Amino acid sequence: MESPTGMPGHMLLSLRGIAKSFGAVRALDGVDLDIGPAEVLGLMGDNGAGKSTLTKIVAGNFPPTEGQIALGGTAMVFDRPAAARDAGIEVMYQDLAIAENLTASANIFLGREMTRSFGPLRFLDHSGMNKRSAELFRELKSETRSDDLVKQMSGGQRQAVAIARTRLAKAKLVLMDEPTAAISVRQVAEVLDLIRRLRDGGTAVMLISHRMPDVFTVCDRIAVLRRGRKVADKPVTATSPEEITGLITGAIETG
Amino acid sequence: MSMTSEFTNISRVSWHRRGFFAGQTAYMTLAFVIICVLAATFSGNFVTTGNLLNISRNFSYIALMSLGMTVVIVTGGIDLSVGSVCALVAVCTMIAMRAVSNSSLAAIPYATVVVPVVAGLLLAAAIGAVNGFFIARLDLSPFVTTLGMLSICRGLTYVITQGRGQAPTGPGVQAFFAATNGTIAGLPVPVVYVLVAAVVLGIALHHTVWGRHLFAVGGSEPAAMRTGVRVSRVKIGAYVLCSLSAGATGILLAGWLGSAPANLASGYELRVIAASVIGGANLAGGIGGPVGAVIGAALIEVIRNSLVLGRVDAYWQDALIGSIIILAVLVDKLRGLQAK
Repeated sequence: MESPTGMPGHMLLSLRGIAKSFGAVRALDGVDLDIGPAEVLGLMGDNGAGKSTLTKIVAGNFPPTEGQIALGGTAMVFDRPAAARDAGIEVMYQDLAIAENLTASANIFLGREMTRSFGPLRFLDHSGMNKRSAELFRELKSETRSDDLVKQMSGGQRQAVAIARTRLAKAKLVLMDEPTAAISVRQVAEVLDLIRRLRDGGTAVMLISHRMPDVFTVCDRIAVLRRGRKVADKPVTATSPEEITGLITGAIETG
Repeated sequence: MSMTSEFTNISRVSWHRRGFFAGQTAYMTLAFVIICVLAATFSGNFVTTGNLLNISRNFSYIALMSLGMTVVIVTGGIDLSVGSVCALVAVCTMIAMRAVSNSSLAAIPYATVVVPVVAGLLLAAAIGAVNGFFIARLDLSPFVTTLGMLSICRGLTYVITQGRGQAPTGPGVQAFFAATNGTIAGLPVPVVYVLVAAVVLGIALHHTVWGRHLFAVGGSEPAAMRTGVRVSRVKIGAYVLCSLSAGATGILLAGWLGSAPANLASGYELRVIAASVIGGANLAGGIGGPVGAVIGAALIEVIRNSLVLGRVDAYWQDALIGSIIILAVLVDKLRGLQAK
């Protein structure tokens, strides 16, 4: 099933021959990667392996030096973050991009506020936004109140706010950069649960993580980068934490 | 914050710990009421029509500027140039008034008032835009940028006037005094302007996309940026608004004093920032509102007035106001610790 671009049309996101150079540094070299709809892909690798460079290319922070990006078989150019976002790719940042002085609902709708007009004036539709936020939290099975300040919320609830934002945007793919790096064990379980709910709702997730147990718990497939090259890409069921560790460090050449 | 997450037993925060009651603005309002009651009890002259009108007029100038300052403080910035902007705009408006009165425009009804006032406000907006441009686009520190602007505007005021005060003149001068120093329904007009501005600002802050973005920028600039808020535009707008409030105050002061001296509103920036901070605006950004700005300014004026009525040495005023600033922030801090 090849599309006119030569990219697999049944894949949500396809990367072919992605390379990125920063001056003399070759951060990425000939990376091919596919993510299917509603698939959870774990992207692993040591510091400097090229994970965040790849993430930034997909998020539209900067273009690749070489290579192609396709969404559903159609070639795309992500020259700025808004282009990627319009195509249905949302990024969940490590710090969640949340303003603590605002309510959950205000954060979810930040930059996409619902308004109503009174003559020539436009005012925020508080009740509409609170209602929609409450629906999103219900879908995520998270006990988070729309009109509570984020300041008063737990780490898990903050994650729910960030995830609800991606649901509001009807994202097809969510990039998560180390979402479980700085939170408690119990909150990690909540975040992994939220990732599963995103997938069950039809959203694909690319999880960038150092934490082996998290990746093995929640991912369908794992891709490993080492020094800018993809050295392995296999279903979780066909590998083990030991093998992945070997691939990350280079003790195992390729998987 | 607590790092435990209790999904199943989250209850509503009790009423005195959320919304208006949870903030510094609430207990500063309480402090204001207590001081008024004390002043009324100990001085027979406090609750007289003359004194109350006097207080409300005096407070309105600082209050109007504090409204603009609060907008800037909410974004996490500060504007030290407001006192100088006040003077420069007042002086230029007076000069424009004389020029328009001597031109062919003087034949048009009210043009001798409207044209100079609009020109003065445009000047104020332009100064604010310059502040905002350096701070938002070139990423200079708000403190240093507006400190520079403080000096530039005061310097220009002296250059233009050579230190001489400029008085309102021309055929529209009576209309000018009525608009800046008259009364509406028994209230001094500056008080009416402050109340109207506070209500409009309150609605804009809490019920428009602009206000929401202003708080988002102050709460977390990276978050605002990543969610597509036009951060630079929001910040520049805040400085323009702050300068406009300072310029408008300058014009009102010129009407009250009957002249715009070159040292007009000198040192006001600190009183304005003090009023905003006492009223609950947080210099770290993301918190503040018009009620706080008005209460803060009123509190300062009532204390000043009480000290005068109590025949306390006038030099004690500044020391007392300084103590109240620290006390207000300290109480807020202690409440925060208690809530944890």
